[in-house]
Amino acid sequence: MSPAAITAALVTGTATSTGLGPRIAASILQVAAVAVGGPLLIGLMAKIRARAEGRIGAPISQPLRDLRKLVRKERIHAEHASAVLTLAPLVLVASAAVAVAISPLVITTPVLAGGADAFVVVYLLLMGSVALALGGLDPGTAFGGMGSSRAMTIGALAEPALLVSILALSIQAETSNLPGIVTATLAHPGWMANPERLLALVAVVVVVIAETGRIPVDNPSTHLELTMIHEAMVLEHAGPDLGLVTLGEAMRLGLLFGLVANLFFPWGIATNASVAHLALGVGVLGAKAAAIALVIALIEVSTAKLRLFRVPELLSGAFVLAVLAVMTGLVTR
Amino acid sequence: MSEAAYLIGLGAAGAAALLGATLPARRRVLGAALLSSAACVCAFLAAGQVLVSGHAWSAHSAEVLPLTGVSLSLDPLSALFVATTALVGLATSWYTIGYAAHSAPSRTATAMLPAFLGSLLLVPTASSVATFMVAWELMALTSLLLLLNEHRQRDEARDAAQWYAAMTHVGAAAILLGLLLLATHAGGQTFAAIAAHRGQLSVALRSAVFVLTLVGFASKAGAVPLHAWLPRAHPEAPSPVSALMSGAMVNLGIYGIIRVGEDLLGGGALWWWLAVVALGVVSAIFGALHAAASADVKRLLAYSTVDNIGLILVGVGAAGALAVSGERLLAALALLAALFHLVNHALFKGCLFLGAGALQHATGTRDLDQLGGLARRMPVTAALFGIGALSISALPGFNGFASEWLLLESLLHGFADHTDATVVALLIGVAALAITGGLTAAAFVKALGVGFLGQPRTAGAASAREVAPSMLVGMALLAASCIALGIAPGVLLPVLERATASGLAVRPPSPLRAGLGLDLTGASGAIEPALVLAGLLGALVLAWVLVRLPARRSALRHARTAEAWGCGRELQTARMEVTATSFAEPLQRVFVDVLRPDRDLEVTHVAESRFFPQAISYQHRIDDGLERVLYRPVIDAVSAWGRLARRVPNGSVHRYLAFGFVALVLILVVLA
Repeated sequence: MSPAAITAALVTGTATSTGLGPRIAASILQVAAVAVGGPLLIGLMAKIRARAEGRIGAPISQPLRDLRKLVRKERIHAEHASAVLTLAPLVLVASAAVAVAISPLVITTPVLAGGADAFVVVYLLLMGSVALALGGLDPGTAFGGMGSSRAMTIGALAEPALLVSILALSIQAETSNLPGIVTATLAHPGWMANPERLLALVAVVVVVIAETGRIPVDNPSTHLELTMIHEAMVLEHAGPDLGLVTLGEAMRLGLLFGLVANLFFPWGIATNASVAHLALGVGVLGAKAAAIALVIALIEVSTAKLRLFRVPELLSGAFVLAVLAVMTGLVTR
Repeated sequence: MSEAAYLIGLGAAGAAALLGATLPARRRVLGAALLSSAACVCAFLAAGQVLVSGHAWSAHSAEVLPLTGVSLSLDPLSALFVATTALVGLATSWYTIGYAAHSAPSRTATAMLPAFLGSLLLVPTASSVATFMVAWELMALTSLLLLLNEHRQRDEARDAAQWYAAMTHVGAAAILLGLLLLATHAGGQTFAAIAAHRGQLSVALRSAVFVLTLVGFASKAGAVPLHAWLPRAHPEAPSPVSALMSGAMVNLGIYGIIRVGEDLLGGGALWWWLAVVALGVVSAIFGALHAAASADVKRLLAYSTVDNIGLILVGVGAAGALAVSGERLLAALALLAALFHLVNHALFKGCLFLGAGALQHATGTRDLDQLGGLARRMPVTAALFGIGALSISALPGFNGFASEWLLLESLLHGFADHTDATVVALLIGVAALAITGGLTAAAFVKALGVGFLGQPRTAGAASAREVAPSMLVGMALLAASCIALGIAPGVLLPVLERATASGLAVRPPSPLRAGLGLDLTGASGAIEPALVLAGLLGALVLAWVLVRLPARRSALRHARTAEAWGCGRELQTARMEVTATSFAEPLQRVFVDVLRPDRDLEVTHVAESRFFPQAISYQHRIDDGLERVLYRPVIDAVSAWGRLARRVPNGSVHRYLAFGFVALVLILVVLA
């Protein structure tokens, strides 16, 4: 089956004999898996870092416990803030949830698979970032605005690298539809070793590090306001709202890890909505995401945080790699 | 039917101009605004009928313009531009009613606004060289007069008008030269005659015509490096005029490129369109960078226009290149995407400029560094400006997303084409689109966040009041169109297909399947914004419920208000907030080689010790780097010539008589 034919089938909904009901169920499963798995991945990375540094570290489930603690706390609203501050975490979580629901994480054909274009997912992530940045500016404090400014700067530099990397994948698959890319790669396992994919993989990993705010771009566990990027932006969220922000960020991390895993190495993803396939899909996704978490945690342990104004060099390097990937793809086509 | 409606519309615009010039001060604004909105409604209906039915009409009158007569025709391509202009014009006309209450425009300004609107409606329907040039110049002159409206209050307005006048007339001269060349060699000055004879024209002639007209049209569209007038004129013009310039006038530059390049010259050579893509890429990146660095809200919007025009040019250029390579389906897709983005840009940029006008109206400044906290004081303006900002940032569910996606898809699928130069151009186009995406989001988070959120930074911002309802209605019309096209972009599809078909001369098969969303036939991609938006709203409500459930009952109703975190400092003032300038500082530092900011730091010390500063003054300015490099030498050379020429007329009558005598002798010699 040619790539174009695969996507045609996806768009028209004939790719799978699975009905709409099971696909919705599979999407809900994906959202649930990422909502639980995202915080667990963060816990896992903290654990790996702790072990590598010779500490025992908190249990892997600590981020989930923190979430439970946060949603039970009192709501506190910053003095000069408007409704935007309250709305921002909700938009963040909602955009992440929709992006997760339509992406091929556990199953190749989640609900709305035909409309799950890479650009939809990237711009849904952008929507969450914009909401958080506006939330950071809303209370009118120095730190919030500084964090928003830095986060938007890094986002603006990371986005081109991400879009062009996805473009590199979509040249071969002849579509920018995410389920289409995954299905086409499943049908042509040899593609996984192509040079343009390896180049794009490096670029995407850099972008994922930047977008999820990990070292060397941002330090998620910093307590010094002047070095903060993401943490400064969300400084005024408290209690349940902070819980939503944490959950939203964890879901975005889970989504990005899952996308890297499935776009580049789509083994084990469920191709239909039978219970056995879905169970296998969740298990394999968890294993692949944990592997990526291990790699990123090791990068975090072994590198120092970059100065803010060295980050653009890293990201423009990723952009150049992505463009190189596209050119390699065009030449070897 | 369509013809009559269109002519009535033009008549109404003319009558509005007359009313504006003759009625007494109190009534003239209302009278002109009502008649202009009637004109826009008529023009919109006329264009709508052509777009829906696909039947073009043309009319000729020998009486109106001596020697050549007036030729008008409305085909779907023209109709798309007329309809877009009419929609922006309608919103602007309503807006002026409230806007005038504050700024009390002069008789000339009131009369010129409908005249400008009429000329904007006239240009795309002109179907002969003479008619086109008359309409084009009418548009240039009326907009120039409108730009000069506030020259008594601000010197910058005069400076902007000089730039605009010079550049628009150089552009018009280039277009006139190109079209005259074309008309003399094609054996007729009507567009129909030219299109019929284009096969007999030599390649060199066609290329010369294309380059000449491209210079003129690109300068009107504001493409870099011919953009220098735009970031001056758009901010200095009164806001309704800025909205019309950005939402309608720059579009006509694009119209000219499509009409002359595709329709009259029939496509031509590949390098033409690669040049258009190159112009587009440079404009998009340059505009997006300057928009991200600007602290003046209208300057930001003006540079963002340069950015979006760049994206549209990338689409138009890609369409031309693909058409030359014989990929008609992909060419149609690219042109359709470009036209769609053009319509969307007109809607959200119109809305944003009107919103910026409301800001200026309410606070007396357009400097974002002096605003803040306006969302509480002007909630409706904030919401409408927000819709525009989210649309232009291309967030899913808003119209900018649909057209940018389509543009990306068209470039992506253009890779199937095997002409190497085209592939490289498309790749660079995609990279430009990707780079501008994040920068635009940063620019508009800045405009929205610094302008409307946080605490007010000055007394002007603190005492702002919501603007008049008629202004809000104008903005709301455009914002509602943005949302409607964002949710159901597929609705506009048949219309865009007809416009694309009439632009590309040969009707290609439709690249898209009809529906609420957008769906490429051959099915390499689709988006369903309505479903995504429904999912977003559902998830949002669900998240809200889930978070509120575990909370105690009292906490559910009221969140406790507490002071924001100030790192231990107790008092936090608005002076500690980030400003637009400081928000943009990291980006500006990253792109310092392109933006080249001028910074000036002066520290005065107290007399007793140089360790205690008495006063610190900091000035920061970002000039247009290209202007310094490209325009300064030209301006200097022209000024030098001017100074030389000034020596010739020294006031002596004898010398002038001698000049007259010498000139007469020379003419006799030449004639003999």
